[in-house]
Amino acid sequence: MDHRLKAGSRTAAIRGGVALFALAAAMATAWAAEAPLTGTLKKVKDDGVLVVGFRDASIPFSYYDVNQHPIGYSIDLANLVIDRIRQDTGRADLNVRWIPITSQNRISLLQNGTIDFECTTTTNNESRAKQVDFTNNFFEIGTRLMVKKGSPIRDFTDLKGQTVVVGAGTTSDKIIRSLNADKQMDMNIISAKDHSESFLTLSTGRAKAMMMDDALLAGERAKTKDPAEWVITGTPQSFEAYGCMVRKGDAQLKALMDETIAKLETSGKMTTIYHKWFMSPIPPKGLNLDFPMSDTMKKLFAHPNDKPAA
Amino acid sequence: MDYHWNWGVLLQPVATGEPHTYLGWLATGFMNTVALTLCAWLLALVVGSLAGIARTLPSRFARAAGTAYVSLFRNVPLIVQFFVWYFVVPELLPATAGDWIKGLPPYTQFFVVSVLALGVYTGSRVCEQLRAGIEALPKGQRNAGLALGLTLGQTYRHVLLPVAYRTIIPPLTSEFLIISKNSAVASTIGLLELSGQARQLVDYTAQPYESFICVTLGYVVLNFLIIRLMGFVRNRTHVPGLLGQ
Repeated sequence: MDHRLKAGSRTAAIRGGVALFALAAAMATAWAAEAPLTGTLKKVKDDGVLVVGFRDASIPFSYYDVNQHPIGYSIDLANLVIDRIRQDTGRADLNVRWIPITSQNRISLLQNGTIDFECTTTTNNESRAKQVDFTNNFFEIGTRLMVKKGSPIRDFTDLKGQTVVVGAGTTSDKIIRSLNADKQMDMNIISAKDHSESFLTLSTGRAKAMMMDDALLAGERAKTKDPAEWVITGTPQSFEAYGCMVRKGDAQLKALMDETIAKLETSGKMTTIYHKWFMSPIPPKGLNLDFPMSDTMKKLFAHPNDKPAA
Repeated sequence: MDYHWNWGVLLQPVATGEPHTYLGWLATGFMNTVALTLCAWLLALVVGSLAGIARTLPSRFARAAGTAYVSLFRNVPLIVQFFVWYFVVPELLPATAGDWIKGLPPYTQFFVVSVLALGVYTGSRVCEQLRAGIEALPKGQRNAGLALGLTLGQTYRHVLLPVAYRTIIPPLTSEFLIISKNSAVASTIGLLELSGQARQLVDYTAQPYESFICVTLGYVVLNFLIIRLMGFVRNRTHVPGLLGQ
């Protein structure tokens, strides 16, 4: 047999080589996309169940609508994350369970596996970051006071000897207690169970001021009969950022959520969601919070990051 | 379970800069629980006894009043009663009275409201225990007392109640233990008793298991003391041959 390659066979050999190379490349890409899932994503893929934590009374971030379904700015974000998880785990039939959480049990429930992640109003700070991992930040707030219109209290220095209400377990709780101890302000501090109860304590006159994240103050105010009667005042005692929480070391889920959030923020989709909840009428009363985006938030959206505080 | 035990956190000074340790917070909470339990129990005994006696009197009005009291306070959940006493009652009073109440130091408000809510609720249960104790006595006891020329009040005081109370010491012990645990509901309106302090501890230290184990031990110790106390009462009041022991 003639061992020299005829001209036609050489073309065929080249074509065969290219085909082989293409096949190898396709296989390599396919293999890379099939990189093994770890942590929560693996569990979700195997079991087909995803459990998400939400707050039931943090207007406008995460709260119940009239049909007892969770809605809000953070919930919209969580739903987009869930869509992405569906995609990445390939489980279109994903069973999503929503579990209500409070500021006191959110970390414990995440650590013990009851919930897989939560996007609500959790401040990203260093002491919490020892227990859990935070994703990219999605909101920026300042902790301020809310008082009745006409109240002599204008700033934190006016709180000497007054009764102040805060949410138990929140960053404001720690800040106001530290302020009271440092400056000997002789305040009576009431720690209420959640945001609605804090506001109830304020509105019944038991407390003269309420300290909380300014966006949540605006949300509580919007629920009342006459929102103009409540004034948000005081220099922010801290600037904080909200991030979603995932379990410590859950790197794949964190990376997925970081990417989702960063894309939403830089593409302008997050700004649309912001306008939907902060600059337009929202349930339950169709009131407009009228809370324009702060400069710190615009900066965050331009450069998404997961740094604690601003 | 990926939990890091850290019992030493209890001895650390609190993160707010106040001059306490976390264990000190728990101790304050324990004191509040003990004070609340004792005060509420005294109120419950007084109110419950009056209502229990009222339900066994011949007067239809007294019986109706006692029944109304029990029906209302036994059937509404305790946490709802706390809320009503704390949030609703000051609004229903005339404005000056309401404002005065709301102007009181928060701790006073929490404590007094808790004693009222807990005492009145437990009183409705004590009322039923006492009524059962009195009705367990043979009818002849009351009739014999009246026949001897004692007034109804004297009959109750010298014939019926001594035996009735001795009969119901075991159920009253249960009620005393229950009230010590129901005192935890006071943390829902803001009183920092033992359970409330445990939650504060969890917020500040993020070590829930240590906090709740300490709190459990606190309640166990309190319950043990209550059982011993009631046992002592029973031994001191024991009349040989009376109740067939």
